[in-house]
Amino acid sequence: MAVTIAKERWTNKVAEVVLGTEPNIVKIGGESTLPFLHFEGEMPNRPAVALEVWDMEPTNWPEILTSAYAGVLNDPVAWAKKCVEYGADLVCLTMVSAHPDNKNTSPEECAQVAKAVADAVNVPLIILGCGIEEKDAQVLEKVAENLSGRNFLLGCATQENYKTITAACIVHGHNIIASSPLDINLEKQLNILITEMNLAANRIIIDPSVGALGYGIEYAYSIMERTRIGALTGDKMMAMPVICLLGQEVWKTKEAKSTTEEAPEWGNQERRAILWEVTTAVAFAQAGGSLFVMRHPESLKQFRAHIDKLMQSNTY
Amino acid sequence: MGLTGLEIFKQLPKTNCKDCGHPTCLAFAMAMAAGKAGLDQCPHVSEAAKEALGAASAPPVALVKIGTGEKELTLGNETVLFRHDKRFEHPTGIAITVSDTAGEEEIAARVGQINKLVFDRVGQLHSVNVVAVTNDSGDADKFVAAVKVAAENTAYPLILITEDMVAMEKALEVVGSKKPLLCGATAANYEGMTALAKKYEAPMVVKGADLNGLAELVEKVVALGYKQLILDSGAREVHKVLADQTQIRRQALKRFRPFGYPTITFVTNEDPIQAVADAAVYICKYAGIVVLQTADPADILPLITLRLNIYTDPQKPIAVESKIYEIGNPGPDSPVYITTNFSLTYFCVAGDVEASRVPGYILPVDTDGISVLTGWAAGKFTAEKIAEMLKNSGIAEKVSHRKVIIPGGVAVLSGKLQELSGWEVLVGPRESAGIPSFLKQRWNA
Ligand code: B12
Ligand code: SF4
Repeated sequence: MAVTIAKERWTNKVAEVVLGTEPNIVKIGGESTLPFLHFEGEMPNRPAVALEVWDMEPTNWPEILTSAYAGVLNDPVAWAKKCVEYGADLVCLTMVSAHPDNKNTSPEECAQVAKAVADAVNVPLIILGCGIEEKDAQVLEKVAENLSGRNFLLGCATQENYKTITAACIVHGHNIIASSPLDINLEKQLNILITEMNLAANRIIIDPSVGALGYGIEYAYSIMERTRIGALTGDKMMAMPVICLLGQEVWKTKEAKSTTEEAPEWGNQERRAILWEVTTAVAFAQAGGSLFVMRHPESLKQFRAHIDKLMQSNTY
Repeated sequence: MGLTGLEIFKQLPKTNCKDCGHPTCLAFAMAMAAGKAGLDQCPHVSEAAKEALGAASAPPVALVKIGTGEKELTLGNETVLFRHDKRFEHPTGIAITVSDTAGEEEIAARVGQINKLVFDRVGQLHSVNVVAVTNDSGDADKFVAAVKVAAENTAYPLILITEDMVAMEKALEVVGSKKPLLCGATAANYEGMTALAKKYEAPMVVKGADLNGLAELVEKVVALGYKQLILDSGAREVHKVLADQTQIRRQALKRFRPFGYPTITFVTNEDPIQAVADAAVYICKYAGIVVLQTADPADILPLITLRLNIYTDPQKPIAVESKIYEIGNPGPDSPVYITTNFSLTYFCVAGDVEASRVPGYILPVDTDGISVLTGWAAGKFTAEKIAEMLKNSGIAEKVSHRKVIIPGGVAVLSGKLQELSGWEVLVGPRESAGIPSFLKQRWNA
């Protein structure tokens, strides 16, 4: 009995976003179907994966993570180069030191570090602030200026600070991460506010505030699925690619941090921790993630290998 | 999808006798269409009507059970493509293989390892579900011996993986009464296999070479009068399995009958990490059962956790018990944290308290399992409730100080709470991730 393949007739697609400048560009988005359903529509760009670099040495990363970056953790430039060696499509530079609880680094200093990193690697950068909304606006404004014209991705913009960051992105030619706390209406609203300031829709990336496997992954998973369906059914204010800042979530969990000795019933720590990061990413790829920020180079390698397979055609 | 009220009404006696508890036959029909009444509530319905309505009111994915007793695995009854549309009903069964090429002791040891794959999460135990014995030897007697050892050593249901009729028949003589899953029927053996499945009333996998072959074979098996089926489209590579799983679920919801059964997927990827990634895709995308070769807890824990997350009812968040939780080995000087009993919230806070490396007590207030701000907005996370918990939980006997840390998001509660409880209220950071640095700056008991 012949089966009639069930295909949805979607009316819209996810915007395609270009990051970086020629010849070192990364394109994401552009899908006209649900993730990896090549039998139904186009998925012109594979999900891209970034590794994270901090502007100061992390103090609470587990050994299996720090050992992968031995000798470079106090030097963001060397660290970023290492990430590129490991095969990262992009480098995600996080200005952790700008936090008042850390070094309260000035926006000018942050901008210098960002410039040094940008000039040292041939992949586009994602540049994140320290999470304090007011400070991030100041930091990202300076970063945008110092890296004018490089077409990087800056974030995270929230309801509170999006105006400054959006303006800086418009003036200096960058893209923005619009961040909302697990809420599809707030997500959409922020995209509207940003586009109303005249930043083009294909310069916005959605950050739904993902959790790690076991720590609320299902909320972000469903919001991402709803976002993708919204995009495909014609809602232009949801038709932006989604970034999953998952490394920072995964490496907080006790499943990633507990050593083999502390939790023998959970198996070998290295394998478990890598799998925690890979499994989180795999699930979000199924929900519609386009840009993934991870921490461990082995997770990156494994996740990329997984994506290689999923990018193969499954048309009937 | 389902029948309309009017279509159902046409089949009813139309006497409005009220025996079903509804005022009219039409009202009953409408209730049935809405899924709020079952046909068996009308004592007067004709056999013909039962037939007509029975099939149409059956769930789009049939309910199939594997095994017997406490560890019986129930699959099917799924009604949606996306968990946010309603919820996924029956979590993917995780099956782990045992090869009949191993010696008896080795098999017993492996089954023992599988039995140990039980993990505590959010206060509940979660485990794998099935032991899959594979006839890799090609030898019927070895298969039977392996099945016997497996059955003696585990309470989990079995999957008998062999296409050889002799091996299957002999194995069923040993374990048939436990209703194992026969795996299974192919175009070559389906008549004999179906006869065996019928004889033991055991569920059976139907394997096609592709979707067309599968649909064809299911129809043949159904024509033989058997419907306790599990579907295998034959695909083994992750990109193809994803497509087939999606098709099968979509077709089932469109009431394409041959695909109205739960599915089984096999992870055959030789790279062990890639194998877990493939299994994760199948758990997200509709697999009724996923068969894995690994029994390593480092591989299984992430998959069991993912299954729990994906199959959580979006309308009913998981809550933790409202009681004192001790993180590390807290003493009389340790900090006391207030949060809500939404498991996600609780686990965020627990994780961050743990990360601070300072032992502490966490008191999740019962907010019916909703988050801090949601609870506050809904009037379920109030100064009164927190004060009550401080008073009744017994925390006052455990610590010698009287300081309590509340989430930054509900700073507004601090004045009232202080007044009601007599405890000094410290307003913590908005995000629990800020707890370690907050402690450094603000905590000295
Ligand atoms: C998912 C969600 C829901 C879900 C509930 C899911 C659940 N189990 O809670 C549903 C859809 C049911 C819901 C309903 C409502 N919601 Co609601 N919801 C959310 C949403 C999107 C996410 C909440 C969440 O899960 N957060 C994740 C958890 C982990 O966060 P959390 O509990 O706050 O914990 C964090 C911190 O508070 C902190 N923390 C927690 N404990 C502690 C303890 C200490 C000591 C410290 C230091 C820190 C700390 O760390 C945690 C991790 O960062 C938020 C948006 C948002 N910005 O949060 C709105 C939100 C909370 N909801 C809101 C509202 C108004 C409602 C409704 C009243 C809407 C309505 N009118 O019907 C209803 C009420 C429901 C009811 N009557 O029971 C508002 C609250 C506004 C306000 N500030 O008062 C929010 C903020 C959305 C908004 N901006 O409007 N909601
Ligand atoms: S019991 Fe049957 S016949 Fe009587 S009112 Fe209900 S539906 Fe109609």
